[in-house]
Amino acid sequence: MTERRTLQTEQISGHPGPVPGMGMQRNLEVCKLIDATTCIGCKACEVACVEWNDLPFQPTTFDNTYQTMPETNWNYWNLIKFREHQREDGTLMWLMRKDQCMHCADPGCLAACPADGAIVKYANGIVDFHQENCIGCEFCVSGCPFNIPKFNPATKKVYKCTLCSDRVGQGLEPACIKACPTGCLHFGTKEDMKMLAETRAKQLRDVSGFKDAGVYDPESIGGTHVIYVLHDAKNPELYSGLPKDPSIPFAYKAWKSIFKPLGLIGATLGFVGVVFHYVFEGPKREQPEVPPPKPEPPAGRKEL
Amino acid sequence: MEVSRRTFFKAGLLGGVGLTVFGFDAAPLLAQTQGLKISRTTETRSTCPYCSVSCGVIIHTIGDKAKNVTPQVVHVEGDPDHPINRGTLCPKGSSLQQDIMNERRLTKPQVRRPGSTKWEDISWDQAISDIARLVKKTRDDTFIATDSEGRTVNRLESIAFTGGCTDTNEFNFLVVKTMRSLGLTYIENQARV
Repeated sequence: MTERRTLQTEQISGHPGPVPGMGMQRNLEVCKLIDATTCIGCKACEVACVEWNDLPFQPTTFDNTYQTMPETNWNYWNLIKFREHQREDGTLMWLMRKDQCMHCADPGCLAACPADGAIVKYANGIVDFHQENCIGCEFCVSGCPFNIPKFNPATKKVYKCTLCSDRVGQGLEPACIKACPTGCLHFGTKEDMKMLAETRAKQLRDVSGFKDAGVYDPESIGGTHVIYVLHDAKNPELYSGLPKDPSIPFAYKAWKSIFKPLGLIGATLGFVGVVFHYVFEGPKREQPEVPPPKPEPPAGRKEL
Repeated sequence: MEVSRRTFFKAGLLGGVGLTVFGFDAAPLLAQTQGLKISRTTETRSTCPYCSVSCGVIIHTIGDKAKNVTPQVVHVEGDPDHPINRGTLCPKGSSLQQDIMNERRLTKPQVRRPGSTKWEDISWDQAISDIARLVKKTRDDTFIATDSEGRTVNRLESIAFTGGCTDTNEFNFLVVKTMRSLGLTYIENQARV
């Protein structure tokens, strides 16, 4: 515990009580900006991710697109999703979206996770999985609105993009951002990235003729620390199923914010009661035997 | 009521166990990110060997060049100070570590003899003397001193030289001097370094 922690924590999964060290330091919120309109689908980000994180390789699958595999995997955290879209005038356009963890401000995975410290949200907005605390229950998989956490059956743990928290914690940009040759990926503070995204969206609307261009930063989960500039922000579903209003299942919210605290309080009070009962009343003593009263025959019997 | 010393200790112990069991752990939770794998590596600047764009890369090797360390490449990424790519890399360039740390990487000269179907390993000495012998023989056989109208041309059209994208200006200067002195006209490389 003598090492200085590189990133301050803001939320910890399954952790009763306050977060240690919360609010002790000033902290900038970081953000990844993905300009889907300038992505050429070169997959440099995919390779950079695999290389930086030393992820093991596996055969890829072909499904009649240039997409590397159908969806992200426990050893493949960053995937460009390719979708051919027919516009109203009949022309085609290729919608490419870099799919990875969105690092939600209100993370569904963290809300769902019952293991203390398995999922941590740092004060700079990064949501990180700590596999040593993971119990492999896969609740985070169902809690995520973007289908990102993936289970590795060999290790019985769940893995996903860390936004290169090791790099960001040391002042570097994530590996995917650094590699991107077209510059469609940007990294900086949330504020700066929002401004850059809005500027680019305005340019697309005013100059490039995409009248619905806009920024994807869904309010329904408090915003994300990965934001998109889309040609058509009104229909994010076009981009291989980017949800318009992502949400965390109500059961998880209710479980963590209502039932779990109530249960903990109840259990604690019950235990305290037992302890006090023991202290004040003492252990159970042997009672003198009282012969049981003879059972009377039931009242209705006599008349039969 | 009376609380004896023994009962007090018992209650205190039970209470402590209970608090621990029910998760009131007072120890601060360690939430440290994984260490940076390149924090103390040796950085070597180099050029990506693939296409003619010739992006600058930084090759990270373990160790600090101390005498007893055999360095090994652990990571390759773009060189932010390089004017061409400014830190970015394409997917092939991003995977350079796999290119260096590859069991199929060629580390010695090979030759496929005329009529042979397989490559055989040869030593550098043999490779250089073979090349010299063949160049000399080819040049002696096919050198063109004058063209059909009798003008002096001194050219050698039966040999071509091609270079890779990591060839530097200095290397290419020597290449042109050497090859032109033999009379070569077909000289090309994709280097834009």
